[in-house]
Amino acid sequence: MGGYILRRALLVIPVVVGAVTLLFAAFLVTGDPVETIAGGQRAVSATTRAQIIHKYGLDEPSYVRYGRYIGRLVRGDLGDSYKQGRSVNDILRQDAPASLRLAIWAIILEILIGIAAGVIAAVRRYSFLDALTTVSTTMVVAIPVFVLGYLFQYVFGILPNKQNLGSWARFPVQGIGPNHWFLFIPLGNQWKFLLFPALTLASVSTAVVARMTRSTMLEVMKADYMRTAAAKGLTKNAIILKHGLKNAMIPVVTLIGLDLATLIGSAVITETVFNWPGMGSEIARAAVSLDAPVVLGLTTLLVVAYVVINLLVDLSYAFFDPRIRYGGAEAR
Amino acid sequence: MAVTDDRVPAGSSPTGEAGYGPAALAAAEGLAPESSQLGDVWRRFRHNRLALVGMGVVAVEVLAAALAPLITFSNPTTNNTTLGPTGPSLTHWFGTDLLGRDIYARVVYGARVSLKVGILALVIALVIGLVVGALAGFYGGVLDGLLMRITDVFLAFPYIVAAIVLIVVIGRGLNTVILVLGLLGWMPFARLFRSSILQIKELEYIEAARAVGCSDARIIVRHMLPNAIQPVVVYGTIFVGTAVLSEAALSFLGVGALEPTPAWGLMVAQGKSFMSTIPGMLFFPGAAIFLTVMAFVFMGDGLRDALDPKLR
Repeated sequence: MGGYILRRALLVIPVVVGAVTLLFAAFLVTGDPVETIAGGQRAVSATTRAQIIHKYGLDEPSYVRYGRYIGRLVRGDLGDSYKQGRSVNDILRQDAPASLRLAIWAIILEILIGIAAGVIAAVRRYSFLDALTTVSTTMVVAIPVFVLGYLFQYVFGILPNKQNLGSWARFPVQGIGPNHWFLFIPLGNQWKFLLFPALTLASVSTAVVARMTRSTMLEVMKADYMRTAAAKGLTKNAIILKHGLKNAMIPVVTLIGLDLATLIGSAVITETVFNWPGMGSEIARAAVSLDAPVVLGLTTLLVVAYVVINLLVDLSYAFFDPRIRYGGAEAR
Repeated sequence: MAVTDDRVPAGSSPTGEAGYGPAALAAAEGLAPESSQLGDVWRRFRHNRLALVGMGVVAVEVLAAALAPLITFSNPTTNNTTLGPTGPSLTHWFGTDLLGRDIYARVVYGARVSLKVGILALVIALVIGLVVGALAGFYGGVLDGLLMRITDVFLAFPYIVAAIVLIVVIGRGLNTVILVLGLLGWMPFARLFRSSILQIKELEYIEAARAVGCSDARIIVRHMLPNAIQPVVVYGTIFVGTAVLSEAALSFLGVGALEPTPAWGLMVAQGKSFMSTIPGMLFFPGAAIFLTVMAFVFMGDGLRDALDPKLR
């Protein structure tokens, strides 16, 4: 087990280094950064050009720039934005809390709604609720995240206004609002700003979790220990929750961890749709304005986070399911 | 589409030549009553209502894309700035956008854009995935380890973010989107094909092919591909839907199709400023994306159930 953890953890290093190198190489060949930095004016004067080249070290050979970039990265310095006149670290300090709060609530909603829907669908198989779960999960996977976001905005933000409903029915649909939080718990009417972005962000993953929970629950309910539990006279709820759900959760927990990539991708779109000031909308904006250091820095961070969490999920298999052994040759 | 693409050896002769042509088509259309494998697949597929709905929607869309000039009444890229944005009317069924262009025409022509992206991205992903999967599965050993680690690295990137970065590097445009979706989408094909090959590698007929002196390439293409293709066909159908969805998302974010291309994602982005007055500007193209993606997902699910009834 210890050997496996070590080998699995060491595998993270080539993946991260490879990703950073690919990203850096990609931006090395992208256009002329001087014009991006100067703000897209037609002709950049020679003195301005020289200043910019000097400030960002653009005249050095690419391997020197790569070495510098890695060196700064290791010290936790993500460089300076081409467009915003501040460092990527500053941007990150401002954006990361908003993104994390939104993501935490999306994951909470995903777990609550997804697991509840999956269990109900499995327990009442072929009922109306089961059919509803199947149809709605398919629809949610097919509906583009941005269209769902605008649908929420239209139904809960614009329609109540048109119908002159009271303020209780109106949801603000743009921006983060007062930004009042205790850690990640919304204070005052902050939750009104949070609810629909979080639901939108959670949508696809919720559907995936619901389907997975349904199929593993159906699998588990056929198991012998479920019949034993029924035979010794436990109530139906106790059987389903204590014996069924607990065992059905193993693949679902894995899925929630592995599904992080979907969440990150959805975050870029969701934050753009709702003008949520987080890392996702920052990446989208920086990509359109060719602000390479911002895209590079934030993407690198996301890749590292993603790889590390994948590692933790992989390792957690063993703790959730003791039947899994990590042998020498069989491990992957 | 995918049903006739399907290379299941339908009553194929020992040479493997016959069985894909007219006979397979006839079986797919239910003209040949004798029991062939493809006929069985089609019979099972036919009983899946959702799959049929999906196939119907895709068929309608292919027709609409092909006949777009015949079923629309104005050019999707001709501006009419004196008209400006309007809601649905008798002359403009879905209304007009900011530049006075007919939204109905743009949605219909948008089917061309989406189907083109979906199918070409599928071709790129399929070719890379099958080559990588074949090399890894057939030769095994060090090559297998190396190729699968590369696959892991590609899977380590969050999809949309990686696509944005690549598009910014290569340059915006629809062709870039196609290329990037292919480059970022081949990994599941490689894994599926590799595991299929591993399953059939040791079977007698492969050994027989080797014994009569077939080259490696011939064994992979003529003997392994037709027998390992089922999961690839299923995932490929769903992939087209995913590619349509991703293209729409990238166009929406401003890194996909460029004006004046009638891409659905671009139309949604343009419609958002008029959401409170002319919601159709956003929701007509939005609904088109939704229907297309759902149709391909239903079709893929139906194919999976039809190809492998054990999985149900």
